[in-house]
Amino acid sequence: MHPAHDCQHLLGDLSLYLDGAASAGLCAEIERHLADCENCRVVVDTLRKTVHLVRDLPAPQLTTSARERLYKSLDLAEFLTAKP
Amino acid sequence: MTDIDERALVERLQAGDKSACAQCVELHSPGVYRLALRLLNDEAEAEDVVQETFLNAFRAIGSFQWRAGLNTWLYRIAYNAALMRLRRKPLNVTVELPSDDGETLATPRELFDWCCLPERDLESAEARAELEHAIRALPEKLRAVFVLRELEDLSTEQAAEALGISPENVKTRLHRARLWLRERLAGYFSEMAAAGKEA
Ligand SMILES: [Zn+2]
Repeated sequence: MHPAHDCQHLLGDLSLYLDGAASAGLCAEIERHLADCENCRVVVDTLRKTVHLVRDLPAPQLTTSARERLYKSLDLAEFLTAKP
Repeated sequence: MTDIDERALVERLQAGDKSACAQCVELHSPGVYRLALRLLNDEAEAEDVVQETFLNAFRAIGSFQWRAGLNTWLYRIAYNAALMRLRRKPLNVTVELPSDDGETLATPRELFDWCCLPERDLESAEARAELEHAIRALPEKLRAVFVLRELEDLSTEQAAEALGISPENVKTRLHRARLWLRERLAGYFSEMAAAGKEA
């Protein structure tokens, strides 16, 4: 059982860890902690999954008519036919 | 677009070349629209912000300074335009006011491990809708950072430049946004799993 302050202490660095931006020392510290803290393991795994799901979301797009309005408002209507 | 291409584009924009304007809109309006829509949650208003962004950008292109690239500069203009609209909105437009303003690093409460749920549950239309809903409800301060870093793929430095905050601030806000969304998703998936067991 790990003291809760370790969990709290590492919590702020988990994004760095997930993004591969943590120093080697910090990585080692986090991994040591994860090896015997089930709660933090769940947080890290679900945080990673959250990031994946977010990146998989379909991106909203300007509709064709909105794009037409945009070009017209910028006085660029003559370039509208150039691309679909 | 390479750095050299982009510098050439900026020079043509500065010379008032209309085909350069069209090229710039073609390249950057999708990203500007996505940011505006995520900030305002309103298609018509997001559309207006895109228009404003390019109008302002073409007007101000003479003073464009090469710090973080054209798209970062455009995101900055769009962010400020969206922010002005957000300030004008009456508060009661917000569907829910999260008690967490995003300033504190909340201790994770939901410890249900939903990673191993089947893909069809994780990627269901309902789960997506829940995630979209959660992003819409993200505290405003976190949302802009989240969109630029996570969805628009800006670097920490670019996002800092676009939002006028420090890189350190970008890092902590991105992390808080992720934790915040994780919490929401964990709540959703644990309820879903519990309902599944009852069924
Ligand atoms: Zn822990």
